[in-house]
Amino acid sequence: MTATAFAVRSGGTRQLAGTGTLLRFALRRDRLTIPIWVGVNALMVLSMPNTLKNLYGTQAQRDDLMHQMATNASLRALIGPVFDDSVGALTAWRVGVYAGALAAVTGLLLVVRHTRDEEESGRQELVASGMVGRRASLTAALLTAAVANAVLALLVAAGLAGYGASGSVAFGLGIAGVGMFFATMAAIVAQLTESARLARGLTAAVLGAAFVLRAAGDSATDNGSSVLTWLSPIGWLENLRPYAGERWWVLLLFVGAAAAQGAVAYELAGRRDIGMSFLPTRPGPATGRLGTAGALAWRLQRGSVLGWSVGFFLAGVVYGGLTDGAADLVGDNDNAREIFERMGGHSGITDAFLASMIGMLGLVAALYVVASVLRLNGEETSGRAEPLLANAVGRLRWAAGHLVIAFGGSVLIMLLAGLGFAVGYGKEAGPILGACLVQVAGVWLIGGVTVLLLGVLPRAAVAAWGVAGAVLLIGWVGPALDVPQAVLDLSPFGHLPKMPGGAMNWPPVLILLGLSAVLVAAGLAGLRRRDLTG
Amino acid sequence: MTKAITVSGLHKSFGRTHALDGLDLDVETGEIHGFLGPNGAGKSTTIRVLLGLLHADSGATQVLGRDPWKDAVEVHRRIAYVPGDVTLWRNLSGGEVIDLYGRLRGGLDSKRRADLIERFELDPTKKGRTYSKGNRQKVALVAALASDVDLLILDEPTSGLDPLMEEVFQRCVEEERDRGRTILLSSHILSEVEELCDRVSIIRKGRTVESGSLAELRHLTRTSVTAELAGAPNGLAHLPGVHDLDVQGHRVRLQVDTDKLDAVLRSLSESGVRSLTSTPPTLEELFLRHYQEDREEEEVAAR
Repeated sequence: MTATAFAVRSGGTRQLAGTGTLLRFALRRDRLTIPIWVGVNALMVLSMPNTLKNLYGTQAQRDDLMHQMATNASLRALIGPVFDDSVGALTAWRVGVYAGALAAVTGLLLVVRHTRDEEESGRQELVASGMVGRRASLTAALLTAAVANAVLALLVAAGLAGYGASGSVAFGLGIAGVGMFFATMAAIVAQLTESARLARGLTAAVLGAAFVLRAAGDSATDNGSSVLTWLSPIGWLENLRPYAGERWWVLLLFVGAAAAQGAVAYELAGRRDIGMSFLPTRPGPATGRLGTAGALAWRLQRGSVLGWSVGFFLAGVVYGGLTDGAADLVGDNDNAREIFERMGGHSGITDAFLASMIGMLGLVAALYVVASVLRLNGEETSGRAEPLLANAVGRLRWAAGHLVIAFGGSVLIMLLAGLGFAVGYGKEAGPILGACLVQVAGVWLIGGVTVLLLGVLPRAAVAAWGVAGAVLLIGWVGPALDVPQAVLDLSPFGHLPKMPGGAMNWPPVLILLGLSAVLVAAGLAGLRRRDLTG
Repeated sequence: MTKAITVSGLHKSFGRTHALDGLDLDVETGEIHGFLGPNGAGKSTTIRVLLGLLHADSGATQVLGRDPWKDAVEVHRRIAYVPGDVTLWRNLSGGEVIDLYGRLRGGLDSKRRADLIERFELDPTKKGRTYSKGNRQKVALVAALASDVDLLILDEPTSGLDPLMEEVFQRCVEEERDRGRTILLSSHILSEVEELCDRVSIIRKGRTVESGSLAELRHLTRTSVTAELAGAPNGLAHLPGVHDLDVQGHRVRLQVDTDKLDAVLRSLSESGVRSLTSTPPTLEELFLRHYQEDREEEEVAAR
């Protein structure tokens, strides 16, 4: 929707020559990625009404919820304010923040993948030498994101139409609007930095800031009117008020912001050289101190370890600070408490809330371990592993350097999350830290699966993302959706004792740790025996 | 003389593709050995087997007296490798990579490192992708040449280097040989091979088709002869090994297999030779013959 606005900008058609071909090419390359991201997001949104009908089936329950949300700042910070008690409005309230964030991640990944990634790899040079305009690649990338978001908007609008057509259209467009906001934001950041990884990280940091701004704003007011909320595009989605007297003009904010950001990105893209950026790389030392494969692995991963550490600590502080208030609310709703208890598994509602939030962070830490282990795969496929391993570096030693960071790092970030919780919540530091460490058993199992894939089926190693995604989905929406126990049992996190509050149950933790060790050993044995790919 | 590399009957398949089909290779200690063949002949696959990065399906491989698959780390301590396409870490400077590689091998001669950086005119403070292809290649070359190792394995190491740097490279490689190091040089640059290599192996379709010193190889190919005779040539067309015979009056042009040259000269002198030019085969012709057989076979097969 927004990208077409750029297509008629001045600069002429020569600047955009080849856009159609590039767009078709991008959609072909993403023929799996886009359906998965969009499908998961739509599934999350469209499965919500049924859950909510179970939770808030009676008018009394809904009245209670409305009253609580008006008075409970912590839960508003977590999810946002409720504007109406219809099923549609409750769906938009419950899932809006997450659907918007997921659309944002989709958009930023797509745009960086088709712009900076292409330049960084050198592929863009060949493409740009063809009959391709200076701004065609950026246009094609934005159009790709626009296609993904349009499909998502359509699915949401059609799927929720039964609860009110105008609300469903507003909600669908709002989610897509958040997606395009971050797609165009990524387009700018991709012009600024030479590294696709950094571009993704910086844009994700902006998304995190948007998340925090909205949370802060919503904890201050009960109707989304805080300036802080208005500063966040995720807050705009809430202030669009789907199913609660739609404020259509809010969509103009999305259109305007996306158009403005797109224009900035276009301006920057037209001014710089291919492969270069506005934040140029500084020269490094003429001699180096790196002397081992392990030191190299740390050098390559330390930035991301730092980022994850800060993120997890802050998340701990924020959620820890919300704990008391959140528990108050949930305590009054039997069904909601039941859900929290199913996630957190304990009758003490504060502990249950803490346990479910710590469990969430454990699931997210699984993404860290996958990303970290797959650095080995990246080194191998990029051709950097080959000359490295032609030195007196055994494959196991090479792998060990990265695996120590992956597995040790997951302990570190969970510990920091625990510290954050302890700081934010202010009590029970010991049990909370223990609860965070228990999550490591689940995280390591996912890490073990990744190592196994890497060692035995290197060409399918990225499938580890699918494993982590499935586990995340089971843990995230599983408890709310009456999913059969057999499915819930597939996730290692489902077997962990519910802490804090619950009793420590060693056998499942030890079994998971043992399994992780076996998986890692099998993966390393495979890595040692197989041909190097790449 | 002991052998730095011995390979016999090497087989390696990737799925249905037979990359190596009974390849043999012998590299003597202290020599510069050229490793030649058309694209896709299996040169890089062989080198990866020599480095223990690929596991051969069958055949015997020894590098510096050891099995490169089983004793990879021990072998690598005495090897430096330069790939044809060097990829660097974007946030590490060239100097850091050189030192890292040096430490991960048998060590680095810091005087030689400084000397090489100067001769190759390399800026070691630049980072990863800001290097051009030639400069990335120089990073790997400096790291390899300054390393304290016994065997250098160079896989098309000069791709992207300008002619001046190519010259520097050749001097450096000769210096390495003079220090008693062994060099396996895979290259398409024939002048480089002619200048440097003591012996060469030519492979095609995963098999060694020719191996020996350049003089020996020349012997196997044709010499072109142009002669002006006193009388009409006699019976040249029936001599074995004569090709492309072109007789115009008393002028004769022909190609002859070098080992059959003697009979041709005798036949010519019977008619009385007024002038004679004999040109040994150029290296280009030598290679083209081996490379093109591929295509001719394919053409035959296509018919």
